Amino acid sequence: MSKRRIKSRMLNSFLHDPSAIVGCFILVLFAMAALLAPWITPQNPYDLETLTLEHFLTPPIWMKEGTAPFVLGTDDQGRDIFSTIIYGCRTSLIVGFSVVLIAGTFGVIMGLLAGYYGGWIDAITMRLADTLFSFSTTLLAFLFLGISGGGSIFIVILAICIAGWVRYARTMRGSVLEVKENAYIMAAKSTGAGDFRLLTRHLLPNAIPPIFVVLAIDLAVVIMLEATLSFLGVGVPLTEPSLGMMISIGKNYIYAGMWWMIVFPGAALILLVIGINLFADWLREELNPKIQRKA
Amino acid sequence: MVTYIARRLIQGIVVLLVASLLCFIVFRFMGDPVITLAGRYATMQEIEEVRRSLGLDKPMIVQYVRFLANVAQGNFGISYVTRVPALGLILERFPATFELATTAVVLSFVIGVALGVLVALKPYAVRNRLIMAGSLGGISIPTFLMGILLIMAFAVYLGILPPFGRGETTQLGFWRTGFLNLDGISHLILPALTLAMYQLAVLLRLTRAGMREVLTEEYIKTAWAKGLPPRKVIFKHALRNALIPVITITGLQFGELIAFSIITETIFQWPGMGNLLLTSIRENDQPVIVTYIMLAAVVIITMNILVDILYAVINPKIRYE
Repeated sequence: MSKRRIKSRMLNSFLHDPSAIVGCFILVLFAMAALLAPWITPQNPYDLETLTLEHFLTPPIWMKEGTAPFVLGTDDQGRDIFSTIIYGCRTSLIVGFSVVLIAGTFGVIMGLLAGYYGGWIDAITMRLADTLFSFSTTLLAFLFLGISGGGSIFIVILAICIAGWVRYARTMRGSVLEVKENAYIMAAKSTGAGDFRLLTRHLLPNAIPPIFVVLAIDLAVVIMLEATLSFLGVGVPLTEPSLGMMISIGKNYIYAGMWWMIVFPGAALILLVIGINLFADWLREELNPKIQRKA
Repeated sequence: MVTYIARRLIQGIVVLLVASLLCFIVFRFMGDPVITLAGRYATMQEIEEVRRSLGLDKPMIVQYVRFLANVAQGNFGISYVTRVPALGLILERFPATFELATTAVVLSFVIGVALGVLVALKPYAVRNRLIMAGSLGGISIPTFLMGILLIMAFAVYLGILPPFGRGETTQLGFWRTGFLNLDGISHLILPALTLAMYQLAVLLRLTRAGMREVLTEEYIKTAWAKGLPPRKVIFKHALRNALIPVITITGLQFGELIAFSIITETIFQWPGMGNLLLTSIRENDQPVIVTYIMLAAVVIITMNILVDILYAVINPKIRYE
């Protein structure tokens, strides 16, 4: 099957899967909102000049004490909830995409080398990967940030990458071991292809499809993890917008009945993650040869 | 098998040594606990006094070796904040964490596997599509948010379940249990649900995927063709094989369970080990943090070895050399 036919088959199945389209639409919507944040929000919640304390703890606009332009109400510092959500999603997406790109690239390279060369490279990489994996990304990132004190978005990204690259390495290694057995790899070798050419031109493109599924699932996991870390107070610093931090502020007011400080950022977080997961679900079924779609 | 386990044990000890060394190096680059402990207005002499009394005046390597020697005797140092042995402080909290985690694991395993089988049998029935949609929600709601939403719904608005704490407990020897009275059980419901929900959705989806793969195998067709009752085909032939990866993954997710229990305990102010850890991190109580990490590592390594053994028992094709 030629490359073009594979692509058109995937596009066709995508267009016939409503949940995949919905998922993709949600992701694009959030990405656009994050990119256009300064133009579509009434207030930059982290620019102190635009904040006025007189509008703190305002309920959403359709309730009795609601006032324009605070459509979804404000928090205890007078920050507009709608604007903070958009800026918070920006942080979520920056952390999410940075981690999957950095950890993904590193993991793929390690998995490729471990699977191809075997021997001690394989042994060391996989022992390390097994150990990190069994401690889990969440626990490692939490401990790393808790002990080092965190302090910036960059450190959060770094911590999640250090803890999270192993999933890519393990998947890539498994895939390489399978692809390596194919006749065309032998053929390429016998025509005198060097290690570098073999790795980059033959093994990498053929072994990489399963990585896309890991990437999609991981994006959702990382976005939830960033929110969790920020909620616990070990994630992004107080000066940066974050959905997790918004919810942690709102938690102080649940007994006062000020639900809007939790429900709206929570809904945004859930919607974003559901969108990514819907897309990931479709991708996984699409790339899994063992399951035939639609009986 | 025996040599395999021995090798895994040695590997485990290496991991513990590396973890403890990493902790030491990281702490070395963090703020000096002595200044915090002695207080801002302490004189030079008082600061030196505190430093000596905690053994922090010795070189790093001496501190580390002494720490290892002490650990070998079961002495993990003294909490900087409460001045009691760190190990005792943590172990005292163990029953609370254990009861919460066990309840959550049993809940998620039983319900997750049962629903997974149900859904796999008729993947396109309306009811099962709804269950799958629910499981999508389960994996898309982070644990901390799940906890807060449950508190809002059941404690704040409906007011039928308590929002925090462990409630009344009964002392049984060294073990303090919350299972033996209604108050303790009602306090357990929300945190256990919170901790179970994500794992439940993951197990449901794994079981469904495993069952769908297994159900297309030839030996399942043979089993149906032989006229075996559905109960036998589904549970004895299909589920047993579909469960192998599910059990392995459950065992390997133990680190995840520990992490999520930290989050859950924090939200519900559950008096367990995870809650203590977060407090200790905020107070920079290094001996308690190090002890917690060491204990977590021991538990995770032990669980992994047990899962490997269990794996060999349920899957006779596996032979460890």
